[in-house]
Amino acid sequence: MPNVGIVIVSHSPKIAEGAADMVRQMVGDSVPLAWSGGDSAGGLGTSVAAVRQAIEDAWSEGGVAILVDLGGAETNSEMAIELLDAGRRDRVVVCNAPIVEGAVIAAAEASGGSPLDVVCRVAEELSPR
Amino acid sequence: MTPERLERLIVTVADAVIAHEHELTVLDQAIGDGDHGLNMRRGFEAVRNEARDLACKPVADALNGIGSRLVMTIGGASGPLYGTMFIALGKALSPDASNLAEALACAVGAVMARGKSQPGQKTMLDVLAPVQAAVAAGGEELVQTLPVIARDAALATAPVRAVRGRASFLGDRSIGHVDPGAMSAALIVTTICGAWET
Repeated sequence: MPNVGIVIVSHSPKIAEGAADMVRQMVGDSVPLAWSGGDSAGGLGTSVAAVRQAIEDAWSEGGVAILVDLGGAETNSEMAIELLDAGRRDRVVVCNAPIVEGAVIAAAEASGGSPLDVVCRVAEELSPR
Repeated sequence: MTPERLERLIVTVADAVIAHEHELTVLDQAIGDGDHGLNMRRGFEAVRNEARDLACKPVADALNGIGSRLVMTIGGASGPLYGTMFIALGKALSPDASNLAEALACAVGAVMARGKSQPGQKTMLDVLAPVQAAVAAGGEELVQTLPVIARDAALATAPVRAVRGRASFLGDRSIGHVDPGAMSAALIVTTICGAWET
């Protein structure tokens, strides 16, 4: 099974891109990676269509783990997942983890070939209980 | 409902949301990120631009179309929340709209699932739930009573401590402010009722 893909969704394009840079430094090209940040008008926010595109860009048959920052990033990501083809929907999850640390540790885990549930769980261990 | 009447209704609701951008923004600046007015305006401008096409469809498809446009254009958490509400309403509503109360219950349930929230947590649900309950209870004067119920419910979010959304980061400091999502929900309900007979 190919390595799990990682998608980073922030209200801020700078944060999303910066977190993706940190992931890339850590795992190189071994993990499919995409980011989405900012609303459709270029302001702070998130866009369902852009998140969906990012999922397609980072698509892996092993699935995709999404790291988000705040509320709207999460709800828009969940909405984007529902818009995917039926065969893909069940292989994309939003991880409940801090966006930067979560993305880096999830990508490190994914680069070792771990399956989607493990990638997500390792990232979620960073969240306060 | 005729296409002409549905188009007028869509345009009237969109215009009301657009006209209240500033009010929603001020509320959101107090306890959120200050983008609710702008986001709602952007969403409802997109709906308004397509009001004629939307109004030519069966009501269920029109509601689905409104929801989809809001999801794609609002850009904040309210996009999926309002979008889900309209899409779920369209899915559940019978062609003659005789099951409105039941369909509204489905829509409220869908918003609860989307936002992982319950009524009483200082959100739009604090308006939607009592409005749905009032529709379910029925009565002759709903277009007069619903706006009062909706507005009172929105204002009643002020003393509540937010536990969902960005306002929850403020903890006790969210107390004393009306929730912007509750206010926009009340605005939509009030406008629909006001335009209903015309």
